[in-house]
Amino acid sequence: MLKFNVNGRVHSLDVEPEMPLLWVLRDQLGLLGTKYGCGIGQCGSCTVLIDGNAERACLVTAAAAAGRKVVTIEGLSRPGLHRVQKAWIEHEVPQCGYCHTGMIMAAAALLAKKPRPTDADIDEGMTNLCRCGTYARVRKAIHAAAAPVATVTPAAKKG
Amino acid sequence: MTIRSPQRRFFLKASAAVGGGLALEFSIPFAAQAAKGVPPTEVNAWVVIHPDDRVVIRIARSEMGQGTLTALAQLVAEELDCDWMKVGTEFASPNEHVRRNRVWGSMSTGGSQGVRGSHDYVRKAGAAAREMLVAAAAAQWKVPAQECTVDKGVITHGPSKRRLRYGQVAAQAASLPAPKDVKLRDPKDWKIAGKPVRRLDIPDKVLGKPVFGVDVTLPGMLHAAIAQCPVFGGKVKSVDDAEALAMRGVKKVVREDDFVAVVADGWWRADRALKKVRIEWDAGEYGKASDATIAAMFREGLADPKMMEAKKAGDAAGALSTAAKVIEAEYASPYLNHATMEPQVCTAWVKPDGFVEVWTSTQNGEASLAEAARTAGVPQEKCEVHKMMLGGGFGRRGAPQDFVRQGVKIAMAMPGKPVKLMWSREEDMQHGFYRPASLVKLRGGLDAQGHLVALEAKVACPSILDTVMPGARKGGVDFTAVRTLSDMPYEIANQFVGYALRNGHVPTGFWRAPGQQNGVYRECFVDELAHAAGKDPLDFRLAMLKPGEKNRLVLEAAAKAAGWGTSLPAGVGRGLAVVEGFGSYAAGVAEVTVEASGALRVLRYVVAINSGHVVNPDTCAAQAESNAVYGLGALFEANTVKDGRIQESNFHDFPLPMIGDMPKVELVLVPTGDFWGGHGEPGILPFQAAVLNAVFAATGKRIRTLPLRKEDLRKA
Ligand code: FES
Ligand code: FES
Repeated sequence: MLKFNVNGRVHSLDVEPEMPLLWVLRDQLGLLGTKYGCGIGQCGSCTVLIDGNAERACLVTAAAAAGRKVVTIEGLSRPGLHRVQKAWIEHEVPQCGYCHTGMIMAAAALLAKKPRPTDADIDEGMTNLCRCGTYARVRKAIHAAAAPVATVTPAAKKG
Repeated sequence: MTIRSPQRRFFLKASAAVGGGLALEFSIPFAAQAAKGVPPTEVNAWVVIHPDDRVVIRIARSEMGQGTLTALAQLVAEELDCDWMKVGTEFASPNEHVRRNRVWGSMSTGGSQGVRGSHDYVRKAGAAAREMLVAAAAAQWKVPAQECTVDKGVITHGPSKRRLRYGQVAAQAASLPAPKDVKLRDPKDWKIAGKPVRRLDIPDKVLGKPVFGVDVTLPGMLHAAIAQCPVFGGKVKSVDDAEALAMRGVKKVVREDDFVAVVADGWWRADRALKKVRIEWDAGEYGKASDATIAAMFREGLADPKMMEAKKAGDAAGALSTAAKVIEAEYASPYLNHATMEPQVCTAWVKPDGFVEVWTSTQNGEASLAEAARTAGVPQEKCEVHKMMLGGGFGRRGAPQDFVRQGVKIAMAMPGKPVKLMWSREEDMQHGFYRPASLVKLRGGLDAQGHLVALEAKVACPSILDTVMPGARKGGVDFTAVRTLSDMPYEIANQFVGYALRNGHVPTGFWRAPGQQNGVYRECFVDELAHAAGKDPLDFRLAMLKPGEKNRLVLEAAAKAAGWGTSLPAGVGRGLAVVEGFGSYAAGVAEVTVEASGALRVLRYVVAINSGHVVNPDTCAAQAESNAVYGLGALFEANTVKDGRIQESNFHDFPLPMIGDMPKVELVLVPTGDFWGGHGEPGILPFQAAVLNAVFAATGKRIRTLPLRKEDLRKA
């Protein structure tokens, strides 16, 4: 039995110690916001926070994750939206959206470390891949989330 | 998104059975309708209205990130004249589509067709529903419909100022006959369409809420991992599954002719066990194929005296023999995987009564339904496909439905159990339907004044149609292999395009903007010709485009927006290109710089697009950005072949552009209002040529063979 602390809840699970955290989340806990994209640490679709750091859940074993504080997209901000999510909506960042749960977790971790990241910080801190090419909006949204308060206008039309 | 309940299915069946599939033939008293739990009303196939005025618009095309879902909803809502803040969407059911005589038109989502291929009938559906709603209100008031007006879902009787909301009259409206002719709004008067309204799918996407194909979860569901024969066309020879079967969670090892799958209680367990299945493959006849044999095949094709004629105007050979100057060049590109971020996936459930239910990320729900039914050997009526959110498509999930065939096959081996098949990235990388590799030889003849008098193109390239739509080519030229060369807007008196069809064994498919590699070849070669003629690349092109011609319009718009001809910082080069396709016209100007190491940086990409009409300018901008990144990747990505199989296996050896690689993208919309074009693909058409022409301007190096390697640009 391994004990996992995910989004503030503790789960005791009988899983193989070498099962990647990604599959503990997806197959065992049904937390499907964290995505599989490559399984080898390249794409970042599986990014979660472990003790506050952005980590690739496909590379972290169940044994290594046990006992540490894991936060997934489902637990990033409840209730309500994290400022990164607000900025993502405000700047219409996602296209297919598959990579974005991981992107958002990576951005949240980056901003926690560097409240006002430069473009170079973003290039270095955001190593997630997006096949739809949403990078320009990711950058814009991170800068916006770093600014004092990102407000989301509820209006249907913008601009 | 929620998976639809059987009750809902029944409700829709009832509606389909009556009134030719358009009207729902029962009326609900107003009082009862206002009460909670009253079902929504299908006013027509596209428009469903809840008693509280929420409008559900059915979407027949797939949403893979391109924004079609929102754009189509905008078009329906525009004519329906409902409150946009109350609009939601649902995907139309492929099963119902078949039973209702294809009431939703085409479900195919490719070729940038989402809007341009359905704008007319979706707008008419919205307008028809509006007229029925107004007629229902007028009938209730016993006044002529002409005395009523509509605004945001509220019908007002002008003389008496009485008002009714859509939700109050939807049931009555549904029982009325559909109007025969409806008048569509002049786009000048659009209030919802044409505006940068927010995409409907984004709020859920930032919460991780959408159910992508990989996220489908059903009671008692099992998971499958698959291994396909690494050599295309090969077969399974023998399987030793003893070790795998003993592993934790493993339920079954499924063996088919061309694949082996492990079914387990979790995907990771299935995949881990699959690696322990000892599979011997029979590579078949292509076990020796390699990049070298493929290149030789194309090389032989270029010399084929019997190549097909794709275009002939004047006498190209004659004009070339008398031209003052002849320029010759060969261009080549590799195979390319789509690399959708979500791998191929299909959940299938063969139920005890024989009904087959499928959940998948598909670009064509109808094709998925046909494939599922064919594989299971049941009529399409006994089969349902649920279209899930797609983690990218780019052409991979439309014509080929290999993942559906496999998913259903595996489910048939596990009757009564839903099974979710997901491909590993490695399978996805090595079993694509690749952008064709090709080799093209170009010859251009200039007269003494530097005018282009002859252009000859010989194309050696596989036929995509032969792989994904066998028979569609009907023995002739595959237009996807010769486009942009055989249909040039330039006025050149003597032209010849020959097509040497060479299929090889690597499956090819529609990869974002099929045929786009010809845009690279043509526009780079035209640049070469301009330089040979001693002319500015813009002037050289404009001289061959009549005033008012649509390629000319976008070329001028892009050049103006980019500041063509203005000075640039040292080391920065500028290049341009113009290519039409997918219903639209696109011209791009790129600015690049090359570092001493040979690393290329694309700084800026200005792209002007004329799509006739524009339904959502912000989504168009997002597509322009997307196309720039996809095009940038395609300069460096390659799938290579050795021993019959694709060498690359994951993103470490098929690297995608990253955030720091993204150029500044500026979209200039120049819609002329007289046609409907797409946005999902046109933005990529001029990208690579504009970049490579800019590389030449910056370095003097002419790149003719892709992929581009650092060594190609490193300073000597
Ligand atoms: S799935 Fe973990 S980095 Fe790609
Ligand atoms: S939005 Fe599709 S992969 Fe990033």
